[in-house]
Amino acid sequence: MDTKREVIGLMSEKLKFALFWGGSCGGCEIAVLDTDAGILEIAALADILLWPVAVDGKFSDIEALPDKTIDVCLYNGSCRNSELAHVAKLLRAKSKVMIAFGTCACHGGAPSLANFANSEEVFDRAYISSVSTPNPDKIIPQRKVKVPEGEVTLPEIYDQVLPLDHVVDVDYYLPGCPPHPDLIMTAVGAIKSGNLPPKGTMITDGTTVCEKCPRERTEEKKIHEFKRIWEVTDLDPNRCFLEQGVLCCGPATVAVCQAACLDANMPCRGCSGPPPDVRDQGAKMISVLGSIVDTEDPEEFEKIMSQLPDLGGVFYQFSLGSSILKHKR
Amino acid sequence: MSSETDFQPTIVGLFCKWCTLAGADLAGVSRLKMPQTVTAIRVPCTGRIDPTFVLTAFEEGADGVLVGGCHFGDCHYQEGNYNAAKRMALMKATLKDFGIESERLRIELISAGEAKKFANVVTDFTDQVKALGPLQWNGYKKRGDWANE
Repeated sequence: MDTKREVIGLMSEKLKFALFWGGSCGGCEIAVLDTDAGILEIAALADILLWPVAVDGKFSDIEALPDKTIDVCLYNGSCRNSELAHVAKLLRAKSKVMIAFGTCACHGGAPSLANFANSEEVFDRAYISSVSTPNPDKIIPQRKVKVPEGEVTLPEIYDQVLPLDHVVDVDYYLPGCPPHPDLIMTAVGAIKSGNLPPKGTMITDGTTVCEKCPRERTEEKKIHEFKRIWEVTDLDPNRCFLEQGVLCCGPATVAVCQAACLDANMPCRGCSGPPPDVRDQGAKMISVLGSIVDTEDPEEFEKIMSQLPDLGGVFYQFSLGSSILKHKR
Repeated sequence: MSSETDFQPTIVGLFCKWCTLAGADLAGVSRLKMPQTVTAIRVPCTGRIDPTFVLTAFEEGADGVLVGGCHFGDCHYQEGNYNAAKRMALMKATLKDFGIESERLRIELISAGEAKKFANVVTDFTDQVKALGPLQWNGYKKRGDWANE
């Protein structure tokens, strides 16, 4: 496929874009608007055929299109039910290029923490066992109900939150929670010029957050105890968090965000997911801890680690869906 | 059930070349009896073991993972085995969080001369993994299943 020619299309015609939100918070939609003047460039470059949150568009119109009419589809959010999977497959068929937009589409995102439970447990928690839910008759929504007009159904909820590439073939990955507007415009620029990288590329700004971090690494990290950020009264704003005993996921997080949190005196949470050559973000952070927690005594190590009671929740906070283990058995 | 007694666990061994693998070779040369369940992978030092290797081994079909390194203080690269011990301790806790028995991952310190210990560990670990049964890797749908609906 001659990507360059096909994406540029005829010089006199605008490109056709589609944006869709799956299991999404809406932040990725805001990120596109956060490009400020960039949105004007996007509007000049392309007709947006579908963007439920922002422009008028009908699924029946998309279904009527010949395959591969849409030049680029930006799909944000994860897939957790049959409707989202259906739309993902529909848009994949109608689009030349499918971009997994945002960490949820790339890795499952924070919602994929639900993979520590199955859908039955999620329903139980949401409708029955949570303290603020008065539901003495234990009523749970059902998929089907008979109404005078016939039977109506809801989509099937999957047991697992899925990244986009578990449902359809993905051409590019643009992570971030949400993606940085500058990175979005980098991608738009590549689309405009036709200089697209090889299929499967993750669009990044560098290697890891550590590379972009404004703080200084002054010495080898040796952690003897972990501190919450509010516990450190003499926190040095110019020095690496890990050196000061504050947990930071920078070493295992891809550089797409210009280390914005570090710039604002907060440690990295890993919200952009792992770098492209790292298969499992949690395993990588475990590797980091093995190096920097400074003890040779197994008992002391256990004592230090007991300060972090929920490693899975911290290290897989955004990437559980794409991790090797993916879900609790 | 006969299928349970017939179950031969698949164990991936990550052994350091200086100590455990040498001990394994000595066990072989000495013709010590042990179950043939372990696929040995040589690493220069257990400190080289990325925790991802453990997860990948389970993903690719291992029922158990055995990590073998030098005794503390004897590591050829000074601290590698300490780092490995810390990482494997965290991996065991992580497996537990995911509902996988943490006993499926084991780390042992076996020197180049401890052929008997190597044979004993392999025998013991094989029995342990056999008792746990095959690893139920993925009770949920596999990647791509949804694409076929």
